[in-house]
Amino acid sequence: MTVSAWFAIAAAIRLSADAASGEIGRMEADPLRRTLDTLWRMESPALVARLARPLGDLGQAEELVQDTWLAALEHWSANGMPRNPAAWLTTTARNRAIDALRQRPRQRGKYERWALEAAPQAMTAPDDSQALEDDIGDDLLRLMFVACHPVLGPDARAALTLRLLGGLATPEIARAFLVPEPTIAQRIVRAKRTLARRQVRFEVPRRAALAARLESVLEVIYLIFNEGYSASAGDDWMRPSLCEEALRLCRILAAQLPGQPAVHGLLALMELQASRSAARVDSGGAPVLLADQDRKRWDHAQITRGRAALQRALALGGGRDRYVLQASIAECHASARRMEDTDWRRVAALYSTLAQVNPTPVVELNRAVAVARAEGAGAGWALLQPLLEDARLQDYAPLAVVRGDLLQQLGRRREAREAFHEAAALTANTREKAALLARAAQL
Amino acid sequence: MVLVKADARTEDGQLPSEAELRAMGDYNERLVEAGIMLAGEGLHPSARGRRVRFDGDQRHTVTDGPFTETRELLAGYWLWQVRSLDEATEWLKRAPFGPGAELEIRPVMGIEDFGDAATPELRAQEERLRALAGTRGW
Repeated sequence: MTVSAWFAIAAAIRLSADAASGEIGRMEADPLRRTLDTLWRMESPALVARLARPLGDLGQAEELVQDTWLAALEHWSANGMPRNPAAWLTTTARNRAIDALRQRPRQRGKYERWALEAAPQAMTAPDDSQALEDDIGDDLLRLMFVACHPVLGPDARAALTLRLLGGLATPEIARAFLVPEPTIAQRIVRAKRTLARRQVRFEVPRRAALAARLESVLEVIYLIFNEGYSASAGDDWMRPSLCEEALRLCRILAAQLPGQPAVHGLLALMELQASRSAARVDSGGAPVLLADQDRKRWDHAQITRGRAALQRALALGGGRDRYVLQASIAECHASARRMEDTDWRRVAALYSTLAQVNPTPVVELNRAVAVARAEGAGAGWALLQPLLEDARLQDYAPLAVVRGDLLQQLGRRREAREAFHEAAALTANTREKAALLARAAQL
Repeated sequence: MVLVKADARTEDGQLPSEAELRAMGDYNERLVEAGIMLAGEGLHPSARGRRVRFDGDQRHTVTDGPFTETRELLAGYWLWQVRSLDEATEWLKRAPFGPGAELEIRPVMGIEDFGDAATPELRAQEERLRALAGTRGW
């Protein structure tokens, strides 16, 4: 029984319920089904994590948790919902895991150790949910470190994270990443196989290993966020909701690892970027550049949350972390009520530090833009020179745009026109292409 | 957004017991650990509040609390980021409230809620209005 099978069954029942109930009853078509769907998203990640440790087998843990949901469907349909559904699911899943361990004679020692920690519970004990839920955060944290293990590639980590921690089914993940379902299914199967083969342990890495492993978790969360953020508002709902999922995962991480500045830094960065979502596209769905955005449409509650997270990161001494630096830059923009109010000297200084800790040509390009704003086009132009010869930026449209921009400011119109034509040729997006050609024509 | 309704006790200004505080603290901690808690506040009784009624023609009637219709009063709120109304409901069922307490869940509006009704012209108008009012987008 796989997760996809569970969702297929769920969908089939939902369809028949809808067909039977007709238009008016649709909202209440099958409350049990909807509750189980909701509980799946809420509870299955922590349960899989909880079972995976003693079982030492992620695949089996997932299967037992799926079986538990099917049992609930059967049981609750016949006998009604228990008073505490979450406790029922936890108890049932755990009893199943204990049964599974009993069937492995060689692992008796392991089973006994676990049984001492957590004796099987009678089904009639619905009110000890507190004790059962005590370590949810810890379980989720372990699962996150496993799903984002560096033995897996970034794409596999992202898919597995959405599946295991987001409770998303394969078709939903495929839609979110705009790739065919079989690709995602295969990615997840391979990832789980790799984790089993490399005998990855279900634990939070210790001190020395923590920094590197955490980096890999943060990278995945930011990848999920950007996958959603790069979509326009008119797109499928799944993509924007990836931003929210990334924020939720990062908040879970921040609650569990409150002393890690990079976690708060990434949370701040994502909150501050997401605060601009509503202003990033115009009424026709075309992208709007930061300079042209209506800043009154930024979400100021979200900016406040981002700022608070940034303060925590800085208070923890994270001033030189790359996520914290990027968040600080985003905060400079968030603080400027108009584009011309931006503290460009500070932005340029932050980019200069970022270029030291994370030296990439794209960071250098952004630094050149900030310096041009702070000190004039000439200073920016000087910084741009080495980048114009950098092979990694050969086909990078934004470089040609910045080149055109600065040449225009320097009064070199003919060269500027060439640069905008070049940028237009490098751009796949038709709207952007048209805008660039228009700029060239104006020169 | 989860709205906590007032009752006679909250309106009396009675503070929660230590046990109640601890239960609510534990609950809030679980919300934080699940990554869904964005904000939450408790409100003073309406006796410390004030109402402003708009009478038109730039005239107003200002009334100090307390206000009597307890069922319509608020005692606090949470702001959660959840994936559905059902998920909010499941979380809320786990909150440590006693019998008689009543809470209300109201989704915060987002751009997606306007759907096809928000034509480009309407969206543009809305944008202009919001820019004028200086409120948050959609």
